[in-house]
Amino acid sequence: MGLLSKKDAALIKDPLADNNPITIQVLGICSALAITAELEASIVMSISVLFVLGIGNVVISLMRNIIPSKIRIIVQLIVVATLVIIVDLVLKAFAYELSKTLSVFVGLIITNCIIMGRFEAFALGNGPWRSFLDGIGNALGYAVILIIVGFFRELLGSGTLLGIPVLGDPIEKTGLYALGYENNGFMLLSPMALIVVGIIIWVQRTRNKTLIED
Amino acid sequence: MEKRTDKNSYTIIFAIGMVIIVGVILSGLFGWTKPMITANEEIEKQQNILYAMGVNNNDDTSAEFVASDKAEALFTENVKEQMVLFSKDGKIEKQMTRQEYMDANNGQEPYLIDVKKQQSNAKKGEARKLPLFIGQNKEGKTVYVAPIYGKGLWDAIWGYVAIDKDMVVQGAYFDHKGETPGLGANIKQRYFMDDFYGEHLLTSNGAFKGITVAKGNADPKNEDKTDNEVDAIAGATITGDGVSAMIKSDLKLYKPYFDNLKKQAN
Repeated sequence: MGLLSKKDAALIKDPLADNNPITIQVLGICSALAITAELEASIVMSISVLFVLGIGNVVISLMRNIIPSKIRIIVQLIVVATLVIIVDLVLKAFAYELSKTLSVFVGLIITNCIIMGRFEAFALGNGPWRSFLDGIGNALGYAVILIIVGFFRELLGSGTLLGIPVLGDPIEKTGLYALGYENNGFMLLSPMALIVVGIIIWVQRTRNKTLIED
Repeated sequence: MEKRTDKNSYTIIFAIGMVIIVGVILSGLFGWTKPMITANEEIEKQQNILYAMGVNNNDDTSAEFVASDKAEALFTENVKEQMVLFSKDGKIEKQMTRQEYMDANNGQEPYLIDVKKQQSNAKKGEARKLPLFIGQNKEGKTVYVAPIYGKGLWDAIWGYVAIDKDMVVQGAYFDHKGETPGLGANIKQRYFMDDFYGEHLLTSNGAFKGITVAKGNADPKNEDKTDNEVDAIAGATITGDGVSAMIKSDLKLYKPYFDNLKKQAN
């Protein structure tokens, strides 16, 4: 990493593994449950969060010396809400089709606790460049988990990936279905997202014992 | 020592300043983008109506509208007639052609009638304006497209249903404002919308029954077109119920019109 110093590189790398926002910090669980029934939705949500968290962290970081501490949470909320509304309006005017796909995610982004969590924990105490890296890193860490969960839920729940049938046709009984395989409808419901996240947490802590708390 | 930013006076001034700045930015942006957004929304309505009529760019699995720059021309070409029915207490009081309606309403096109607003007008006891778009589908059959509007799990859902003179569905388009991606949001997927094709809204003895989005109807391929049921989406029960409800309540109002058509034909 010639571009980044060791400390800066850690800002990107840590959230991908040992300081993952979902599995370690346990932030952003709600959206991980809500929209991971399909891989495509997971990917769109990940990109949206990447964008909002990257820019939001920079904005908050630039304002960190003038934000009154008593109302800092409200200020943070306003910054996220404003950013999201600006993006929504601009997309609606210039890329209407794309905005249709994204509109359902708007509400989910504002309420995503990763965003508030990183503003509060990092951007308020660090400079813009480091905050930007932290935002990107955490958004990527979030994306990794979302995409893993979305992959398994869509594959096992609907037998498709990105909407393309990969296991055969469940109605015509071709492919795997000819052997008596059935889609597990339970995978489409939210509890299974928690269980998949739980399995990821289990695997992660088995590999790295230092993560286990007493 | 107390920091400057901890003072109450600073906090209040900051809050006021921030609200003013954000307010100016957002309202400015909204004012600037509004005409473009309205234009996009009007084109989308045309695309929706055309989609239900079978004028679309669908390939094997995906639902594709006609290109937005061609929508207007195709709309004028394919929608032979726009009508507005005035419905009250389950009866149709009068009907207007497109020209009559536009003359009476400062040139507003019937396809821009706000279905939600008409529903609340009807609740207040006023006559409800029911737009109807008449055209021909690919097989040369005359189809009647009607808008419907209702509630899903989180927010509004709506759609356009094309039916023939016997109230058999010839095409449907559904959309939603904020249903869960991957679950309720799938009402705008081909596999769900295509299921409605050929379904009867009436029972065999001619009474209005609607179409129920049913779980476990033991007909996942949807071969039985007269059971007034289509297969539901797993994990999207409430959105599906919303679709059933809006079909039932909104399309029912059009039945007198079709009864009348039949009488005239005989």
